[in-house]
Amino acid sequence: MMYFMSPRVGRPALIYHLPYLHYLPYFPLSVIYILWLRQIKRYLRSRARIVGSLGQPVLFLFALGFGLGPMFEKSGGGNYIEFIAPGVVAMSILFTAIFSGIEMIWDRQFGFLKETFVAPVPRLTIMVGRTLGGATVATLQGFIVFLITLLAGFRPDSWAMLPLAFLCMFLIALMFTALGTAIASTMEDMQGFQLIMNFLIMPLFFLSGALFPIDNLPSVLAVLVRIDPLSYGVDALRYSLIGVGHWPIALSLGILSGCLAVFMLAGSWLFSRIEL
Amino acid sequence: MSDLIITAQKLTKKFGDFTAVNAISFAVPRGEIFAFLGPNGAGKTTTIKMLTTLLHPTSGQLTIAGFDPVKDQAGARRTFGIVFQDPSLDDELTAKENLELHGVLYGVPRDVREKRMTELLGYVDLADRTNDLVKHFSGGMKRRLEIARSLMHHPQVLFLDEPTVGLDPQTRNKLWEYIRTLNTEEGMTVFMTTHYMEEAAKIAGRIAIMDHGNIVALGTAEQLIAQTKTQNLEDAFLALTGNALRDQDATNADHMRSMQKMWRPTNRR
Repeated sequence: MMYFMSPRVGRPALIYHLPYLHYLPYFPLSVIYILWLRQIKRYLRSRARIVGSLGQPVLFLFALGFGLGPMFEKSGGGNYIEFIAPGVVAMSILFTAIFSGIEMIWDRQFGFLKETFVAPVPRLTIMVGRTLGGATVATLQGFIVFLITLLAGFRPDSWAMLPLAFLCMFLIALMFTALGTAIASTMEDMQGFQLIMNFLIMPLFFLSGALFPIDNLPSVLAVLVRIDPLSYGVDALRYSLIGVGHWPIALSLGILSGCLAVFMLAGSWLFSRIEL
Repeated sequence: MSDLIITAQKLTKKFGDFTAVNAISFAVPRGEIFAFLGPNGAGKTTTIKMLTTLLHPTSGQLTIAGFDPVKDQAGARRTFGIVFQDPSLDDELTAKENLELHGVLYGVPRDVREKRMTELLGYVDLADRTNDLVKHFSGGMKRRLEIARSLMHHPQVLFLDEPTVGLDPQTRNKLWEYIRTLNTEEGMTVFMTTHYMEEAAKIAGRIAIMDHGNIVALGTAEQLIAQTKTQNLEDAFLALTGNALRDQDATNADHMRSMQKMWRPTNRR
């Protein structure tokens, strides 16, 4: 890595010496890596958080999966565990990702954000490093929940599709970490967290079709489900894990990527405007 | 030009209608220890934030080591290190990891980083705590670690915003010892703010007394004492800034700032 960097400034020497080029957006990989690594270390060091955030998905999986399962099967819906397992994985990613983004408020309150803001690194680079780190953590969390669904008796339709499933998981994670960062950029403390929980995270989850099939819905609900970006994440994940999807996979992936781009842009714009 | 490392001309910062810093001008020669002294809400921290690119001045000119902190943020940022008023370490990382992260942010190559980390942790007497999580550190240890961190990239100017608040006398003495050594042996310029008169009198070459966003006096401790015909710096300070308690002023200023924030879309809750 360092061979390409001029030592003092961490910028490729050639680019730095060409006039004007150093005003272009520039991402020192070492900086992105160290900020990514920081998120991972913080995650691995907080065992309580890992275990704590597994509680909810496990509860959904077991209580709903086994509780509603018989009824779901009788009405012709098929195996309910198989149906909600991808939804529960998506849910754990959604929660962890948004929280990873919002965690930035702690950094703001504990002053660490200032340390990164006075460093000679563009803010966009800081945002990218943080977001990649948060998304990796959320994907890991999703992977752990996926392992738990295996314990509950879930089996993917085709193991060969697993890489696609991981791609979907990472896309969902990135998208919502960026959204979390965008929201956190506009907040000074955790007072608004309850509001976000009840009016953003919960609706995103409940309206995503994670728990119920989305064909033949009443029209208002059908519209809400189509507005919720997580619906496409859940559907893509369901397609790659059990081979059945409501929308074509390309459409879902396209919409996910589009939303990711929008959230990233909004996030980096809001992040660049933070004043300390 | 060559010997003035910090210059400010008519530097002003307004938050809405409230003027936090009112057209102040000053210059700091390379190698000096320069202190800002003033009551709460005088504008000391706002000035430091402008010098260190965290706030944009409303008007006025600034240079730091030849860079304009408004036009060339990255250039200016490489020249200074800062110890903030409030702690700014990552508690979930170890002492070494905090320094490492800083080194990477400032583009210090790996081998130099390793060398400086050992050197600096020894310098601030934390060598035996290298791999301990910062959350287990005392207030004084955190401060020392922050000083070590701010030196990782060998800055030309070190900003210290009330670095000794809440520390016991032993730790305070030790801190000033480090800072004086850096100044005399490395020729590092130090720009500090403090509430403690005796510290300013002992450490600083020149002192600027700030009140209500203005510099009301500037000179060595002796000059300030002579100018006000008083016995010591504390009396000189009171003669210059009056005896009125500043809690009210500070609250008003803070209130203005928070109102201002409420109406600014970036900070809306």
